Amino acid sequence: MITVKNLCKEFKNTDGTVTKVLQGINYEINQGEKIVIVGPSGSGKSTFLRCLNMMERPTSGQIIFDGVDITDKKVDINKVRERMGMVFQNFNLFNNLTVMQNIILAPVKLKIMTEAEAREKAKKLLERVNLLDKADVYPISLSGGQKQRIAIVRSLCMNPEVMLFDEPTSALDPEMVGEVLDVMKQLADDGMTMVVVTHEMGFAREVATKVLFVDEGNILEENTPKEFFENPQSKRLQEFLSKVL
Amino acid sequence: MTLYERFIAAFITGERWKLYLSGLGITLEVALFAGILGIIIGTIMALMKLSTTEDGKPTILNYIASIYIDVIRGTPSVLQLLIMWFIIMASSNNGILVASLSFGINSGAYVSEIVRGGILAVDKGQMEAGRSLGLSKATTMRYIILPQAIKNIIPPLGNEFITLIKETAIVGYVSLTDLTRVANQIASRTYDAFMPLIGAAVIYFVIIKLLTIFLGKLERRMRRSDNR
Repeated sequence: MITVKNLCKEFKNTDGTVTKVLQGINYEINQGEKIVIVGPSGSGKSTFLRCLNMMERPTSGQIIFDGVDITDKKVDINKVRERMGMVFQNFNLFNNLTVMQNIILAPVKLKIMTEAEAREKAKKLLERVNLLDKADVYPISLSGGQKQRIAIVRSLCMNPEVMLFDEPTSALDPEMVGEVLDVMKQLADDGMTMVVVTHEMGFAREVATKVLFVDEGNILEENTPKEFFENPQSKRLQEFLSKVL
Repeated sequence: MTLYERFIAAFITGERWKLYLSGLGITLEVALFAGILGIIIGTIMALMKLSTTEDGKPTILNYIASIYIDVIRGTPSVLQLLIMWFIIMASSNNGILVASLSFGINSGAYVSEIVRGGILAVDKGQMEAGRSLGLSKATTMRYIILPQAIKNIIPPLGNEFITLIKETAIVGYVSLTDLTRVANQIASRTYDAFMPLIGAAVIYFVIIKLLTIFLGKLERRMRRSDNR
């Protein structure tokens, strides 16, 4: 479904030096897989995820989504993004719109659905995350956990083929992490293709089909969750796991 | 002459108060047209200055806007007015039009920086979220960023409009009889500067005080969605 070929990303620093955040990543994500990416902060895992829908423009390399190289400047990236949902660490709900307006804005403006259809779908999705009663409030009055569940609903309303999660629980109070992870697990059970950057090792163990360990811009290790956690190969991963588990 | 007689001479004799009113009318007319034009030019310039290509490089529009802002901010507004009157629009003797254009173009440069600042103050994540859903930059700007930026823009924009009202006091240069010029003319006719000049100052003050109160109310209303 998504093939990543030799993906490199460099950032120019203010002093003129160059930081190589991704150093030639190759990976293949298949339909229905749940890929969980873990790694120390600054390892490039978020940058990798953000390259998948071109929120970050790669310095070199290819990202092939459904047979099309989306790093090509001729590709209409907006059309591609309609098919890839993204959930952010800081929720990024539109502050000037109600929950319902947040959800239906994109499908209606992009003429994917009529307003009535979008509202109908939004209601169903809100019901699934137990937030139908919040449809007409503004994001300011929601808790972090509620915001993130609505952000997930907003992405889902576009009927995406794959969902990208960028540390979806990192900005939450601990008691709200569970409610968001539950929604994500539900989504996984429904067969959604997911790529998740997270520090929640429990989620990785339970939901992932593959866990990736990213360090210094490379995929250092890739394995099934069982092998990944019980039998880490590299010294670097062993050290990492001993710190976080 | 007693103060009372001086007051009568400055405001009542020959229905002079009507002159102040018509002067105030000219002042407000120029300020209003210039203000509207300033907001339109300013918003366009701000968007031009913020425009980048998909990979974040500045565009030619960027440079055009920067040059405009530099030139306008770098020259006195009196000179801009005279250049408009005697050179660019020399064929027109419509003072209101020339003054409104000149002040509008001048104000646009300041408004563009206000609008740009207001847009930049909106959390970067709002644009990212819009783009991640497949919305274009323009659509996200229109439905998400600008409505939020307006709250940041209104207070300094009100300030700019207040400055604009007072700056129009130089339109006498293009033979418009605005409030300041009326006061000056009456002062020279009655040989008494005190009453007309202080009177005009009080009128400016009252108008701007009223505007300040109105802007305060507007600002509070716009912030309402922030504290639900």
